[in-house]
Amino acid sequence: MAITSYDLPDARGHFGPYGGIFVAETLIPALTELKDTYAALRRDPQFIAEFEYELKHYVGRPSPVYHAKRLSDNLGGAQIYLKREDLNHTGAHKINNCIGQAMLARHMGKKRVIAETGAGQHGVASATVAARYGMECVVYMGSEDIKRQAANVYRMKLLGASVMPVESGSKTLKDALNEAMRDWVANVSTTFYIIGTVAGPHPYPVMVRDFQSVIGKECLTQMPELCGCQPDAVIACVGGGSNAMGIFYPYIPCENVRLIGVEAAGEGIATGRHAASLTAGRPGVLHGNRTYLLQDANGQITETHSISAGLDYPGVGPEHAWLKDSGRADYVTITDAEALEAFHTLCRLEGIIPALESSHAVAHAVRIAPSMAKDKILLVNLSGRGDKDIPTVAEKSGIPF
Amino acid sequence: MSKIQATFERLQAEGRRAALIPFIITGDPDPSLTVPLMHALVESGADIIELGVPFSDPMADGQTIQHASERALAKGVSLRLVLEMVANFRADDNETPVVLMGYANPIEAMGVDTFAAAAFDAGVDGVLVVDYPPEESASFARAMRDHALDPIFLLAPTSTEQRIALVAELASGYVYYVSLKGVTGSAELDVEAVTRRIPGIRALVGVPVGVGFGIRDAQTARAIARTADAVVVGSRIIEEIEQSPADEVLARVKRLVAELRRGIDEADKA
Repeated sequence: MAITSYDLPDARGHFGPYGGIFVAETLIPALTELKDTYAALRRDPQFIAEFEYELKHYVGRPSPVYHAKRLSDNLGGAQIYLKREDLNHTGAHKINNCIGQAMLARHMGKKRVIAETGAGQHGVASATVAARYGMECVVYMGSEDIKRQAANVYRMKLLGASVMPVESGSKTLKDALNEAMRDWVANVSTTFYIIGTVAGPHPYPVMVRDFQSVIGKECLTQMPELCGCQPDAVIACVGGGSNAMGIFYPYIPCENVRLIGVEAAGEGIATGRHAASLTAGRPGVLHGNRTYLLQDANGQITETHSISAGLDYPGVGPEHAWLKDSGRADYVTITDAEALEAFHTLCRLEGIIPALESSHAVAHAVRIAPSMAKDKILLVNLSGRGDKDIPTVAEKSGIPF
Repeated sequence: MSKIQATFERLQAEGRRAALIPFIITGDPDPSLTVPLMHALVESGADIIELGVPFSDPMADGQTIQHASERALAKGVSLRLVLEMVANFRADDNETPVVLMGYANPIEAMGVDTFAAAAFDAGVDGVLVVDYPPEESASFARAMRDHALDPIFLLAPTSTEQRIALVAELASGYVYYVSLKGVTGSAELDVEAVTRRIPGIRALVGVPVGVGFGIRDAQTARAIARTADAVVVGSRIIEEIEQSPADEVLARVKRLVAELRRGIDEADKA
């Protein structure tokens, strides 16, 4: 399907049948206030100028695009370029969105911010902007993830945030999101909820996409400068899908550029232990929006698995659901083992330690590059750095730590 | 006339102020106890029963209901089983209205129309879907009405007049005013704030107004009964279930509900 003009979502946050506002009545006025504030500020030159200033001077943007030549030569096919979001302040793309939302919070007079986190990258980014803007910050994190991501928990604490362990359900990202929502309902007049991904009730999916789309906008300029043309395909990992939406969105009108989202196949789709909502899920309603969900026959959300905490989520942003159905983007999967192998490959061939999340995107490039011509170009969003994953990798790869 | 409407009209005819609506999670503490619990609720003074459909991610609920839902799910309770239990309850009680309260996803997984037909067949009277605000409820409300079910909606302290009007267009049976900003089972509610708000809401919605969230004892039930058309008690009852040994659950829940009933009845005399 050709998408020449793309203007989703509609006024009520729908991407075709997906998205929307599915929350209890208590939260509706807060979402309306947020929607109205954002609608006014997203075109406000002063707001935009300040956002760009912060991205340049605080985050360190633009992030470079890097030709992974040794990796490409080694594979003997398409040329692989990496969008280096791992070089941002705090080490991942998450900070782009947090700056934008913290600016909104400040504009709305909210002095307390809350966030959910899986891998801890969004929690760290939220704690960082809260420190930067002088706000109180509470981060909800599943107790399982706290164990897996101890370094990030420590970073959040250093930055002055309180980390609240979540013991309910599967004790991972989805439960942290439930708990953050509960906090928000109870403290809605004083608190701004910084959602870390392109999911949740409207206007979060569109707002987070807009803040993250700086990634793709930079690539639109950088790629022709670097190699004289746009890439043949853009590849990004998809948990909730914020780094993928950020790099995909500006490329949606470029019909010759394939968009490929990479979901976590965990131990393999057939084992049921995975987090591939678009590949193996069905549409449903969770966390304020309609989207593809991993659920059982009775509509209960199932527990997910991925080696990377940031992809370990049973839903996905509603715009990805729409991009899948419309055929504009393709969604594929990479297993834990493949991601781990790509992690080591990138470390050894390019001297870059990628996040395990981003390693899924790298792994797909490694999979398809050899069968492509040498003048083809793959642009991979390297969404974060892998320092936080060193204990996990050490354990899985049998390296004494 | 729906059973729910009939119940409110009967109460009014009897000169009683407010209905008592207890809430339990279906299948907690054990599926075998749900139908006996429903009868026990009626025997001890319930006018309408709200039956919670357990969901894995109950975002609007506090820990008490969340844990009860986890216990029920661990025992294999599904939406189909909930409907079976309502049908079993109906074998002995064809009067007391039953309202299902839960989240959208289990209903959408079954299919909204399939669910509406099955709920009607089982003897359900009303359905409240916590995460269906009126904006997203057009097809749900239509399916409810096509099957003679009352769609019940939430209103909150934060709801504007415009939103109350939106709910009024779709709601039948009653509306459920959530008395505090927070999740179920949170801190005590502000009786005065509720009392100030209810008459205005009732005038706008044109159906009875139930109040819930934060009602934990007979005294608060009495105070709320003076202004509301129904008093909903959930987390407090579920705590009682949680704390009771299996063989005492029915007796202890009956004692608690009877106490709440007396509180409400005292409001009639005041």
